[in-house]
Amino acid sequence: MAAIEVHQISKSFGETKAVKDMSFNVNDGELFGLIGPDGAGKTTLIKILVTLQKPDSGSAKVDGQDVVSGYHHIRNIIGYMPGKFALYQDLSIEENMSFFADIFGTKIEEQMELMGDIYKQIEPFKKRKAGQLSGGMKQKLALCCALIHKPKILVLDEPTTGVDAVSRREFWDMLSHIKKQGISILVSTPYMDEAARCDRIALVQEGSIIALDTPKGIIKDFAHPIFGIKGDNNYHLIEELKNMPGLRSLYPSGEYAHLVMDDKNQSSEEIKNYAAAKTHQKIEIEPIEADIEDCFIEMMQHG
Amino acid sequence: MDNQENIAVKTNKLTRKFGDFIATDELTLEVKKGEIFGFLGANGAGKTTAMRMLCGLLKPSSGEATVAGFDVYKQAEKIKKNIGYMSQKFSLYEDLKVKENIELYGGIYGLSRKEIKEKTKHIIDDLNMKSVENKLVAEIPLGWKQKLAFSVAQIHDPKIIFLDEPTGGVDPLTRRQFWNGIYASADRGLTIFVTTHYMDEAEYCNRVSIMVDGKVKALGTPRALKDEYKVGSMDDVFTELARGTSTK
Amino acid sequence: MLKGLILKEFRHIMRDPRTLLILFGMPLLQLLLFGFALSTEIKDAPIAVLDQSKDAQSYALQSKLFSSGYFKLEQKLINAKQIEKSFETGKVKMALVIPPQFGYQLNHGKHVQVQLIVDASDINTGITLRNYAENIIRDYQNQENPTERPFMQIVPKIRMIFNPGLASVYSFVPGVSALVLILISSMLTSVTIAREKELGTMEVISISPLKKHHIVIGKVIPYLGLSLLNAIIIIIVGVWVFDMPMKGNIFILLLECLLYVLVALALGVLISIRANTQQEAMFTSLLSMMLPTLLLSGFLFPVESMPWVLQQISKIIPATYFIEVIKSIMIKGGGFELVWKPTLVLAFMAFVLISISIKSLKTRID
Repeated sequence: MAAIEVHQISKSFGETKAVKDMSFNVNDGELFGLIGPDGAGKTTLIKILVTLQKPDSGSAKVDGQDVVSGYHHIRNIIGYMPGKFALYQDLSIEENMSFFADIFGTKIEEQMELMGDIYKQIEPFKKRKAGQLSGGMKQKLALCCALIHKPKILVLDEPTTGVDAVSRREFWDMLSHIKKQGISILVSTPYMDEAARCDRIALVQEGSIIALDTPKGIIKDFAHPIFGIKGDNNYHLIEELKNMPGLRSLYPSGEYAHLVMDDKNQSSEEIKNYAAAKTHQKIEIEPIEADIEDCFIEMMQHG
Repeated sequence: MDNQENIAVKTNKLTRKFGDFIATDELTLEVKKGEIFGFLGANGAGKTTAMRMLCGLLKPSSGEATVAGFDVYKQAEKIKKNIGYMSQKFSLYEDLKVKENIELYGGIYGLSRKEIKEKTKHIIDDLNMKSVENKLVAEIPLGWKQKLAFSVAQIHDPKIIFLDEPTGGVDPLTRRQFWNGIYASADRGLTIFVTTHYMDEAEYCNRVSIMVDGKVKALGTPRALKDEYKVGSMDDVFTELARGTSTK
Repeated sequence: MLKGLILKEFRHIMRDPRTLLILFGMPLLQLLLFGFALSTEIKDAPIAVLDQSKDAQSYALQSKLFSSGYFKLEQKLINAKQIEKSFETGKVKMALVIPPQFGYQLNHGKHVQVQLIVDASDINTGITLRNYAENIIRDYQNQENPTERPFMQIVPKIRMIFNPGLASVYSFVPGVSALVLILISSMLTSVTIAREKELGTMEVISISPLKKHHIVIGKVIPYLGLSLLNAIIIIIVGVWVFDMPMKGNIFILLLECLLYVLVALALGVLISIRANTQQEAMFTSLLSMMLPTLLLSGFLFPVESMPWVLQQISKIIPATYFIEVIKSIMIKGGGFELVWKPTLVLAFMAFVLISISIKSLKTRID
């Protein structure tokens, strides 16, 4: 049985269609990523799945129960971490946790096996108020609070937004650890580089799923030759090459700009020759493997 | 040594304490005119404090700094006139129209009526926003808001622009378009001082600094830093430096 | 589960000086402000005089009035039309009208009517002025005719203007109590729920196994205790500082306060369902509670003299009943036999409002 089954869910707010006909499954024990920019409909979909909102049409099941009729069951078995870390800023780490433990009818001590490793990292500061914690520590505390009743399914809405790269990495390590204990996880994020940490991902854009596969599968489907190119000044280089025949797209991406061509048999020599005629820059170019962002951009531009 | 003319931001042992806590500890760096300078660091590493001092919003505890040639202690007002500031969250008024936002900022920076009119037209044409000029900012897509905020932050032709996590949460294509805009501005001689959590964006910068616990732990071109730490990406450099401190 | 909710709420309260300040500072401030307005020492109150007889006796009466130190002549009036005007400019607190042939009538042993027109917008001052003036006139009469007479020869005819209902400390203390309690209680609950919405914790609570009635009761109980404490402070200040009588049973009074506060807290929960930010909650509470309570509860304006529509509206305002109850208990010394009707209405309101607030609390949005 799938942990979460989403079947043709749609939801509008006035004129805005936040979620358009989304369907996917999160398998039991899977770490599933909902990846897309702000406004793609991730939060709305998550609110429907955690039974905070009702869909306009379509249906969804969480742990086998319908999100509309079976919401009572679902509320007992999911852990949910909303977009903003939902913590009481004026309560200490300990007080926040015992409050959430209490409303879920459990005690902190009983749940140590699941969140023990994470809790250990913040335990030395347990008397400190949540408002005085760093972003990374708040994130850990919020995760502890979401795990406090030992949920079967964990749903996290943008847990890494606004958090630095190191804390983000640590957070994903924690998620992998939680997953190992048999908990299914649905997580949303706007950071495409986090896709690789998921078992499977759905790329979402403007309320629709534009790709659904393993991260590797999505990259494998990228059907065009892609090159990394670098000059003395990448901005000028991009300007100079943007009218090259057969060019599909060209955009900055880290140290090397990414250059995607239409022709499957495109060689880097040809590009180099074209560029040499156009510019006086010293150019480095080599074929590279597309990343998730390249795939996302390709689907946005030509999908 | 570059002559002073070519230096946009210069700090020497710039320090800010809050009680016993040293938020920014002897920050020393130079940003050249027309440079894209990436100001990186983990949450709570002291970036925001340093940035606020450079913008003339916060008095340093000790040390020196000049921004656009003006002293942060004595000439904060002059600094404010010569810098632009943009953060993703606070730059535009959501309940004002696109046009009204541009006019508002023009007014705030003391542009004449005629200049405001010209600038407004220029920005709207430049961004292709004629169709939405009378829409509320709340109604336009995030990527557009960002481009608009970036243009508005330059309405008074500042010498330096401070960008505080300008690209959070936007799609990859818009993010790249936005960076293209940054490049274009830098190409015209504008100095860009930018913070970001996207490590690939760190690679777009001419030079970056990485702050850890209030101190600059690394400073150089992305290439040089990667070579120094013998890793393949800025992400790895960052992790290498910031790890150990953020886990506590 | 409920215990945890309540404990958490108390922690919030104790750690937020702002809440505490609103909770205990505002009622004291309001009461004292009203109190300050109520207790002004009278000296050299400006008055106007319309002397229509201009004889020795009328001058003597006036000089007695002015030599008392309480009054000073601000304006001499020539005709009756000027009276109204002199009040409107605000320069004059009282007007004395002496009829024609004042001395003649007095000397011939006839009744003579002098008119005292008093500005009662500041009720306490108004009443004091009236009493002083009456005493001085009586003194004057005794002085003129030391032989005791069985009846008053000079009859002051008194007209209190601007505040015909003579609202006084007897109506201000119950009125302010009703106002302050409903304002603070509704504001506290609505603001705390709105704060949870802002924080995002409302979502987590919503999808927890907590039932709606847990959430509402968990919010209401802590503030019920605090609001009751508030009520006690208000009563103490009313009795000690403003000499409000306390003739009835204090326990019955507290029980009534409890009911009234319950109504207010439930209203707060209802407001919070609509309000998404603390600011919104604060303003909605202020506006929706303050004006009706102030204007339509019989606090400032007598209900009997309102148009029919407003009278009907005043019947659904909780403060109308609460003020009636306080007055009956504190001033008249009545027990349940006197207040069972308004008590029943309040209890009914509390029950209905709490039920509605539990029903309409959203733990999911359609």
